[in-house]
Amino acid sequence: MATTQQTSPAKVSPPSVPAEKSSLPALVLLVAWLIPGAGHLLLGKWVRGLLLFASILGMYLVGLALQGKIYVPNTGDILDILGFLGELGTGLFYMLARFFGWGAASMVNTLADYGTKFLVVGGLLNIIAAVDAYSLANGRKAS
Amino acid sequence: MLSHFSAALLFALFCSVVFGITQRSQPRKMFHFGAYCFVLFVGGVILASWLMWAIKH
Repeated sequence: MATTQQTSPAKVSPPSVPAEKSSLPALVLLVAWLIPGAGHLLLGKWVRGLLLFASILGMYLVGLALQGKIYVPNTGDILDILGFLGELGTGLFYMLARFFGWGAASMVNTLADYGTKFLVVGGLLNIIAAVDAYSLANGRKAS
Repeated sequence: MLSHFSAALLFALFCSVVFGITQRSQPRKMFHFGAYCFVLFVGGVILASWLMWAIKH
């Protein structure tokens, strides 16, 4: 009588989800800083990239509409330098504001103070988004 | 022109979107975390407003 061999299913560990990698994480970081959301777009994350672009552009436009202050680095005031570093986070947007003279040179009312906060926080948010794109590109963040 | 409250709402919305996308890995969790941040932002604004009103009165 023939015996049938029952083969037990081999215990196979579930495949780990490979992290997406880009050959040029530094390029992704640079592009993401210059144009908000562009790093995610480069990595094929279209929805995330567009949402990030819309959010940071929204912060920037509201900041300008409220006559927020555009900081410059050479006033010697440490708070101005910190504000400059924050706003520099918006990348190309900050450069456009400096080039075309958008925004205000000083805060004249409460809403202008709000506007300045929008501009600075928009820059900081873009830095977070750029680092997130960098983490996606080098595989530190899975998806 | 924006009022203070509508400016705070826009601030909360934009920040919550970025926080949701960057601090979570899966779309569902991104949405949940973004909504959580938005509620905390707006709730904090309302709470602080009432606190300032109570201090004044």
